[in-house]
Amino acid sequence: MSYVIDGATGPWEVVVGLEVHAQVISKAKLFSGAATDFGAEPNTQVSFVDAAFPGMLPVINRECVAQAVRTGLGLNAAINLESRFDRKNYFYADLPAGYQISQYQHPIVGHGTITIDLPDGTSKPIGITRLHLEQDAGKSLHDQHPTKSFIDLNRAGVALMEIVSEPDMRSPEEAGAYLTKLRQILRYLGTCDGNMEEGSLRADVNVSVRRPGEGYRTRCEVKNVNSIRFVMQAVEAEARRQIAVWEEGGVVEQETRLFDSARGATRPMRSKEHAHDYRYFPDPDLLPLVLDPDWVESLKANLPELPDAKAARFMRDYGLPAYDARVLVAERATADFYEAVARGRDGKLAANWVMGDLFAALNRTGRTIETSPVPAAALGRLIDLIADRTINGRIAKEVFEAMVETGEDPLAIVEAKGLRQVTDTGAIDAAVAEVLARHADKVAEYRAGKDKLFGFFVGQVMKAMAGKGNPALVNEVLRKQLG
Amino acid sequence: MSALTDLTLAEASAALAAKKISATELARAHVEAIDRLAALNAFILTTPDRALADARRSDERIARGEARPLEGIPLAIKDLFCTEGIETTAASRILGGFVPPYESTVTANLWRDGAVCLGKTNLDEFAMGSSNTTSAYGNVVNPWKRRGDNRDLVPGGSSGGSAAAVAARLCLGATATDTGGSIRQPAAFTGTVGIKPTYGRCSRWGIVAFASSLDQAGPMARTVKDCAILLRSMAGFDPKDSTSADVPVPDFAAAVGQSVKGLRIGVPREYRLDGLAPEIVSLWEQGIAWLKEAGCTIHEISLPHTKYALPAYYIVAPAEASSNLARYDGVRFGLRVPADSLDELYEATRGAGFGAEVRRRIMIGTYVLSAGYYDAYYLKAQKVRALIARDFDAAWQSVDAILTPATPSSAFAIGEKQDDPVTMYLNDVFTVTANLAGLPGISVPAGLDAGGLPLGLQVIGRAFDEETVFRVAGAIERAAAFDAVPQLRAGA
Repeated sequence: MSYVIDGATGPWEVVVGLEVHAQVISKAKLFSGAATDFGAEPNTQVSFVDAAFPGMLPVINRECVAQAVRTGLGLNAAINLESRFDRKNYFYADLPAGYQISQYQHPIVGHGTITIDLPDGTSKPIGITRLHLEQDAGKSLHDQHPTKSFIDLNRAGVALMEIVSEPDMRSPEEAGAYLTKLRQILRYLGTCDGNMEEGSLRADVNVSVRRPGEGYRTRCEVKNVNSIRFVMQAVEAEARRQIAVWEEGGVVEQETRLFDSARGATRPMRSKEHAHDYRYFPDPDLLPLVLDPDWVESLKANLPELPDAKAARFMRDYGLPAYDARVLVAERATADFYEAVARGRDGKLAANWVMGDLFAALNRTGRTIETSPVPAAALGRLIDLIADRTINGRIAKEVFEAMVETGEDPLAIVEAKGLRQVTDTGAIDAAVAEVLARHADKVAEYRAGKDKLFGFFVGQVMKAMAGKGNPALVNEVLRKQLG
Repeated sequence: MSALTDLTLAEASAALAAKKISATELARAHVEAIDRLAALNAFILTTPDRALADARRSDERIARGEARPLEGIPLAIKDLFCTEGIETTAASRILGGFVPPYESTVTANLWRDGAVCLGKTNLDEFAMGSSNTTSAYGNVVNPWKRRGDNRDLVPGGSSGGSAAAVAARLCLGATATDTGGSIRQPAAFTGTVGIKPTYGRCSRWGIVAFASSLDQAGPMARTVKDCAILLRSMAGFDPKDSTSADVPVPDFAAAVGQSVKGLRIGVPREYRLDGLAPEIVSLWEQGIAWLKEAGCTIHEISLPHTKYALPAYYIVAPAEASSNLARYDGVRFGLRVPADSLDELYEATRGAGFGAEVRRRIMIGTYVLSAGYYDAYYLKAQKVRALIARDFDAAWQSVDAILTPATPSSAFAIGEKQDDPVTMYLNDVFTVTANLAGLPGISVPAGLDAGGLPLGLQVIGRAFDEETVFRVAGAIERAAAFDAVPQLRAGA
C-alpha cells in the first residue's frame, strides 16, 4: 500500500530525506565550559570562547563526543575512529567567531540504519547517511527595540548532532515515523531530550516528487520544522506544490523553504541576497579527533536497551502482542513502569492495566508516567489482589479509581471499603437462589432456550452481592441451580 | 645607569641574587630608558607603575630568599599577547580600547616566574608584515643606522617593537611571535637573538591569532642563553590549547654552553638562491667555517621543495587569517562604526578598523578558500606543506641541525620595498619553511654588512629538539663574538 498522490496527469511518488539537528545533553558546551541550561537569562551562559574573544581557543568536550558515539551506536552506525572539525565561514551577528565549527568532510559517525514502525503494523529500514558534531549559533532578538537587534549567546557553542538520513522515505507517515523513532532512540540513549518546543530537536525536510520508477528530481529543503505533525504536513504540502509546478509545465528550482503551519503551506525563505560560499577548511585550532577503540567498546557495552530490542523482549518474556509492546516501549519511562508492574506477574494483564486504566487516568489527571498518581508497585499489588482472588476484576477497577484519587495502597482500600471478594459458596448459593426466585419468568425463558439470559442472571447476582462475588463461583453456582 | 641596561638577562639575575642591584633600580633604569628613546616608537603602551610595583614585590621575595627563575627581570610584551587589565591592540584600530579580562598563558607563565612587565611593544598590524610599518600606531625605528646614512631603517617585523626594544636596551628580553619569520627576521635586523620554538611548545591561548597552524610564541633577547632562560618559562603544555604539546620542558640554558663536537650540520643547497647578496653568502660560509672549527661535520643536503614554500605560506597564512579575523565585526568588543544594517555595520567597522595590508591578506585568504579555487590554492598549498615537512624528515636522517642565513638582506629603509607587496614577502624566504614544518629556528647575530648593519644566521632543528638548536647557536655566538651596538640605545 504505497503512498501515491494522484495528480491531474497521473500518479506521483514522494521522496523524503531528513536532516535532524539534535541538541546534545551535556553540562557544558562543545568547545567551552559554559553551561547549557535552557531558559537562563540572556548572555549568562557565555564563556570568552563562546563570544570569540581575541586569543580564545576551542577545546573539545569529551562528554559531547561520547554522546555522539553513543548515538551512532544506537543508530547501528559505523563509528569513525578519526574525524575532523572544519570551519564553516559566514558573517552573522549571532555567530561570534564568524565561523561555525562543524564536521564537514570527516564526520564522527558514518552509515547506519533505523527501523521505522508504520501505522499498518509493518516496519521499514531507513538509511542514516552520517552524524556529525557541530556548534549551535546564538539567538538574534529583533523584537526588543525599534531599531536594534539584541543578541543572546547562551546557545552559542552548544553541541548539536546533525543526523542526516538517506532519501528513503516515501510518504508523510514514513517521515513522521522516522522522526518519532529517531526521537525515541535519542531519548532512550539520553543523548538528546527530544524537546521540539524548546528547539532541542529540529528537522530540515528534503522533499522531491517523481513518477513511479523514475530517478530523483530536484528537491527542496524545508527548514527548521519543529514538530512531528508539522513535518508530516510539510511533506504533503511541499509535495503537492511541486506536483502542481511540474504539471503546469514548470520546473522545480532547488531552494530553501519554510513551512507556514498556520497556512499549511511552504514558502521560499526571504532574503536570497546572500549566496553563501562557506569556505570550509579544517579548523587549525583543533587536532583530528581520534577515538580509542576500547573506549568506544566500553560505551557500547554500557548502552541502554533500545526500543526495538525492548519490544522484542517484551513480546518474548511477557507474551505481549506486537502492538502492546510497541506502545509500551515508546517512552523509556513507560517501559520501565510497565516492567516494574509486569515482573513476576501476568504480563498481558499488566499491559492491559497500564495501557487501559492507567493511561486513561494519566490523561484525565493531566499527569505523566513519571508523576503517575499510582506508582508501579501499587499497581502491581492491585494485580496481585486479583491474582490471589482477594478481589475480582470489576472491584479492581473501583479500587484503582480510589488509588488514583487518594494514592492509598490497594489492600488498605479493599479492607476499608470491605471489597473482599466473596468465595463462600454458601453466600453465593443464597444470593443465586434469591435472584432466581425473584425472576421466575426469566428462569422459565432461559430454560426454554434463551441462553443469552445467563449474563442477566450473573449481573443480578453480582449486584445483589455488591460486586464482590467471585465471578467463576457465581457462574458455577448459577449453572448448577439453573440446571 | 647605563651599566644596568647593558646587563644581559643572565647577568642581571646573578646581580639580583647576589643583591648587588635591586629589582627596583633595574626596573627604573629601563623605565627611564624607554622614556628617553620614545622616538623609536617601540612601545604602544608602557606600564611604568606596574613595572615598579612588580619590582618592589621581587625585591621583597629576594630579601626573603624566595626568588623565582625570572625574579625582577624587566620584560617587554609584544602587543599581540592578551594582558589582563592592560589594553591589547594587535597594532590595529579595530581592537581600539579592548582590555582583555584574561592573561595569555605565555605571559602568565612569565609573571608566575617573577618577571617585571614594562609594557606592550609595537608590531605590524595583526603581526602581518616584515617591516613594522603596517602598525596603526606608527612604524618602529630600528636603533641601528647604516653607515653614512641617517635615514630611519625598519627593525623588521612583525615583532619589530620587541626587537628594537631589546636592541636599544629598553628591556632585558621580550616576548614575540613568529608565523613566517616574525621573530627571526627582526632579530637579524637588530643584532639580537630570537627563537621560534617548535609548534606546540608554547601555548597560543590568549595570543591574538594570525594563522593558527603557523603562529608560535618565542623570546627575543641579546644572548642565546637569555633566550634559553626565557623560553623555559614561556613553554609548557596548556590544556586550553588543543595544539599545545604535552612534552617535558628541558633546561634549555644548560644546552647553550655544551660542545657541538660531532654534530652533523646540514647546508641546504636550495637556499643558495640566485642573486643572493654576496655578503649573505660569505656570512653563511663564515658560519660553516666556525662550526667546522668547533668540531661539527658539514653536509650538503637537499630540501627540494623549498622554492614552493613562500607561495604556499602566502596561501595558508592568509586563508587562516581571513577566518581568524572574522570575529572583529564591531558586535561584541573593540571598534564599532554605527550603521543602519548589519552588513553596513560590518563594512563600516572592518573598513575603518583594518589597515591596507590586513585587508589585502583577508581578501587573498577569502579568495583561496572560495568554492572553485580551494583545490587549486589551499589544498595544493597544504600538499606542498606536507612535502616540505617530508624534505626535513629526510634531512634529519643525516644531519642534526641545519644552518642557513636568517634573511636575504640587512635592514632596509622605511619606505623601501613598499611599492610591491611581493618584494616585502621575500623577506621571509629563509624562515617560512620552519613554520610550515613546525620546526624550531633561531636567528643569531653573526656579523655586520658593508653598511655596518647586523646580519643573522639561522639554525633549524628537529621538532622539540630546541636543545640542539641552542647548542649550535651558542657555538656561533661564541665564534662570532658579536659585540657591535646600535647607535640608538640606552646609555649611549
